[in-house]
Amino acid sequence: MRRVPDTATRIKIALDGKSIATSDAEFVINPYEEYALEQGVQLKEKYGGEVIVLTLGPEKSTSVILKALALGADRAIHLKSENFPDDPSAVARAIATELKTVEFDVLLFGKKGVDDDSQQVGPMVAELLGIPCVTQIVKLDISAGKAVAHREVEGGVIVVEATLPAAFTAEKDLTVPRYASLRELVAARKKPILVKEPQQFPGILETISVQYPPPRPPGRVLGKGVEAVPMLVKVLHEEAKVI
Amino acid sequence: MQGPILVFAESSGSEFRKSAFEAVTEARRLADLSKTEVHALSIGHKIRDQASSLGKFGADKVSVAEDEMLKLFQPDFYRQIALDLAKRINPSVILLPATSTGKDLAPRLAIYLNTVVATECTELEISDDDLIATRPAYAGKVLLKVKMRGNPKIATLRPNVFTAKERVPAISPSVESLSFEKPATKMTVKEFVTHGAKKQDLTEAGVIVSGGRGMGGPENYKILEELASVMGGVVGASRASVDAGWRPHSDQVGQTGRTVSPTLYIACGISGAIQHRVGMINSKVIVAINKDPEAPIFGFADYGIVGDVFEVVPALTQEMRKYYGKN
Repeated sequence: MRRVPDTATRIKIALDGKSIATSDAEFVINPYEEYALEQGVQLKEKYGGEVIVLTLGPEKSTSVILKALALGADRAIHLKSENFPDDPSAVARAIATELKTVEFDVLLFGKKGVDDDSQQVGPMVAELLGIPCVTQIVKLDISAGKAVAHREVEGGVIVVEATLPAAFTAEKDLTVPRYASLRELVAARKKPILVKEPQQFPGILETISVQYPPPRPPGRVLGKGVEAVPMLVKVLHEEAKVI
Repeated sequence: MQGPILVFAESSGSEFRKSAFEAVTEARRLADLSKTEVHALSIGHKIRDQASSLGKFGADKVSVAEDEMLKLFQPDFYRQIALDLAKRINPSVILLPATSTGKDLAPRLAIYLNTVVATECTELEISDDDLIATRPAYAGKVLLKVKMRGNPKIATLRPNVFTAKERVPAISPSVESLSFEKPATKMTVKEFVTHGAKKQDLTEAGVIVSGGRGMGGPENYKILEELASVMGGVVGASRASVDAGWRPHSDQVGQTGRTVSPTLYIACGISGAIQHRVGMINSKVIVAINKDPEAPIFGFADYGIVGDVFEVVPALTQEMRKYYGKN
């Protein structure tokens, strides 16, 4: 689980031109990981066991870890690093290294972080651990050591059966996250957080520059109501040449 | 850069995806710049007859792995086949479409090849004998230029951004069959369940007619379906209408939905919040129909009509019917 700027936040490029200035951004649990966490909590409510959240990130990630504990996780592992490489392969290797010491049946990820949009860590960790991984799932059923997952693809879903332990990456439709009550937020502070350093791996993905996308040329309002319709068809054909 | 460019030519049924042709075309462009060749990989069922058609887009060689078990994407099988080929031909670059399959397969290959992926690239260039990839982050609020240390460089290409171009004359590629031996796996792909009659996926559609909160309810999307059908397009939706339960999440355009770049995007009753904007801003032409003249969507649409969607959309459908009848 990771801490990311809220999707409604305006993103500013830092002065170095190679990174994002996040000082005044609002931070939240990565939305896809909220769906994943909710799935984990629902599985616990149905079958028992415990939900552990694992975060690799700076000191400031504590706020989203506490939120996750309030939302139903039992304990947390915080691999604390202030400047871990911004590289999904390095992140995956550090997480896989840690997970070799943790026992689990189901490993849930968000399908991607809404910050770097890389969509790599889940399947990479699973490959490193030698466990199956079904990505972009919208439904998960567990029974007798097996999982049946529905994977959202172009035009439909693919139903995949996997032997546990297995990894899954959550698509938006997987669950509807709950809200934490004030009482749960207070109780979260008593839940254990194991803080340790991640094993370091070199970053091999280098960002050379960050730019804003070029602005769109200004458009125009053709008119009001149905009278403007013939004009629209005309400009789409003659000017924009898209029909 | 030493070594050929390996491109995963994804198929669906016994047809290549449009994004496969886009990837092969881009691979050809890069191969010409770095004086190497394009080696395409096709994995599927009953696809071999189509394999040589990749020559039209610039493939010099095509390797085909065919089996009933490869009909649907099975990560362990596809990864094994791609990895075996990559180890044999030592590519400098591996390109895959940024589809659900490509984005699942690419990181798996990367971890085995000790490298990393540049995801959903919108532009590739070669500079000082190195691959530089441009990719959107923060849902397109910014564009990153990235470089990968180590080889091969792996990139997934956002569908509908790169243009598939047929060459004249076409290359007639050498086609080889790969033998497929089922590797050990803990996953069984059961079946594909279609969402319905929708022919195209949002990410590959040329025309998208999208509806937002202004549609008022699920029953009203019928008028958008009609317009889309006349124009050979598909229907999309804003987060507000998906969260309201009017449309499935698979229709959602925006930061927590699909990122699309059709030729024409018609936004109906959509205000244009940043969440939605980032998912469709790279459409070639954006049309907005909204009764609120102050809606943010008019700030970035190419053409706008201020009006009631329930009047304007049916009128547009009728006008388009006339237009397509004539042309």
